[in-house]
Amino acid sequence: MALPDKRLTIDEIVAEIQDGMTIGVGGWGSRRKPMALVRALVRSDKKDLTVVSYGGPDVGLLCRAGKVRHVVYAFVSLDTIPLEPHFRNARQSGAVSATELDEGMFLLGLQAAAWRMPFLPTRVGLGSDIIAANPHMQTVECPYTTEKFLAMPAFDIDVALIHMHRGDLGGNGQYLNVDPYFDDLFCMAASKSFMSVEKVVPTEQFLSEGPVQSLRISRLMVNGVVETPNGAHFTECPPDYARDEAFQKEYAASAKSDEAWATFRAKYLDVSEAEYQSQVGAR
Amino acid sequence: MSPYSRAEACCIAVAEAFRDNGEILANPIGTIPMIGGRLAKATFAPDLVMTDGEALLVENIMPVGTDSPEKVVGSWNPYRSMFDIVWNGPRHVMMGATQIDRFGNQNIAMLGKLDKPTVQLLGFRGAPGNTINNRTSYWVPNHSPKSFVAKVDVVSGVGYDRTRDLDELSARFHGLGWVISNLGVFDFETPDGAMRLRSVHPGVSVEEIKSATGFDLVIDATVAETRAPTATELEWIRTRIDPNSSRDSEVPNPA
Repeated sequence: MALPDKRLTIDEIVAEIQDGMTIGVGGWGSRRKPMALVRALVRSDKKDLTVVSYGGPDVGLLCRAGKVRHVVYAFVSLDTIPLEPHFRNARQSGAVSATELDEGMFLLGLQAAAWRMPFLPTRVGLGSDIIAANPHMQTVECPYTTEKFLAMPAFDIDVALIHMHRGDLGGNGQYLNVDPYFDDLFCMAASKSFMSVEKVVPTEQFLSEGPVQSLRISRLMVNGVVETPNGAHFTECPPDYARDEAFQKEYAASAKSDEAWATFRAKYLDVSEAEYQSQVGAR
Repeated sequence: MSPYSRAEACCIAVAEAFRDNGEILANPIGTIPMIGGRLAKATFAPDLVMTDGEALLVENIMPVGTDSPEKVVGSWNPYRSMFDIVWNGPRHVMMGATQIDRFGNQNIAMLGKLDKPTVQLLGFRGAPGNTINNRTSYWVPNHSPKSFVAKVDVVSGVGYDRTRDLDELSARFHGLGWVISNLGVFDFETPDGAMRLRSVHPGVSVEEIKSATGFDLVIDATVAETRAPTATELEWIRTRIDPNSSRDSEVPNPA
């Protein structure tokens, strides 16, 4: 068995991202986010990114670090802290613009892109201010019944970043928590996709970790893989680890002032991933 | 009848909102909505299907606000399957509302303008999709002229004045249930879909509700009182569903 070896370093993955690109980030809220890759983006000189995300601290961190021009979102939440404070500041100051979507429309934007369809029809959005918020969106008429639908346009994602529990060196990926979220769709929707994993394992080991249904990510969808132990920290990644609520509070508190952010940034973000993990471990 | 709290009256109102709903996903969001929904399932509405708050549909009555409660899992419902249920139809959701107006438009997205909010809230979340596909009710624990407003800043959940402008086909799955606040219960059972006072919670006057509401409610000549809990219901709430009294932090008892 000779799989292509798609292992990359975090920095090699970040080097695939250019200024102005659209980045799709997997996970949901403060759950199984590819935070090691997000932190590497924060450390980088990338700018003017558009972020497409079922948003959590990935969106808040990238906004606060000045990497983001535009956010495509239906919510940005830390789950136990319902409103993401850095994202709120960025929106309220006008630092980032946004495409307002419903959660289900967001799924259709991903699904359309994954299926190479320009749009998918839906009732969702009709009657609401989604229409006012997205003047470029059109309606279509059903050719059979004349019912009108909103035509949800496909997302146009350059690079997708996801985090899985296990993966092999070829880019097959396995989730071991209760929800696959939409990570496979992010990968198929994007021109290139990169997956961080808690642990790179031999392919033969997958089925001793979880059932076949947990093998949601195929290497057909993935251009590169990197092992980042604790790489979703501080978001949750059960059964490997729960959300680090104390750290999340510290992160949220860093939105209170420029000084608080500078302290947080110096300690946790202007350092390598290895140093980050040792800072986290030393708390 | 033993004395009961305002929060407990709210739990009963929520439970009643799910009466006679049949075999659907009862999807209340928030502490008191969750308690009320589980109370309905535990007592007079056993056909209801409910989530564990995440990706499982559980058949036992789970307590709220406790770590690792026992779960009797009936089905798997990751977010992608949740959209299947929403778009398939058998669901009654009860969402929060930062603002709600006379025709039941709901705002959870932001205050101020769409392109530059003065206060960024949750975003649209699932509100547009919920309201155009499922029966949707609302829970507002802080009834005031700031939450019950003449006109919402942003329409995330669709109200009856908005669906009037849609084709009949497009609006055919839209239907608002009740709005339950810390003061009373409201519905839209009026000719033009305007909000009506359905019942007042014990200890609340119609005048108090009128002055806490930023628009004219439809108010019938006689207004009922939200019904009292039975002894069995109080037992369920106090000892089995919410033994830690998290309901009281969502709606403190009036002094």
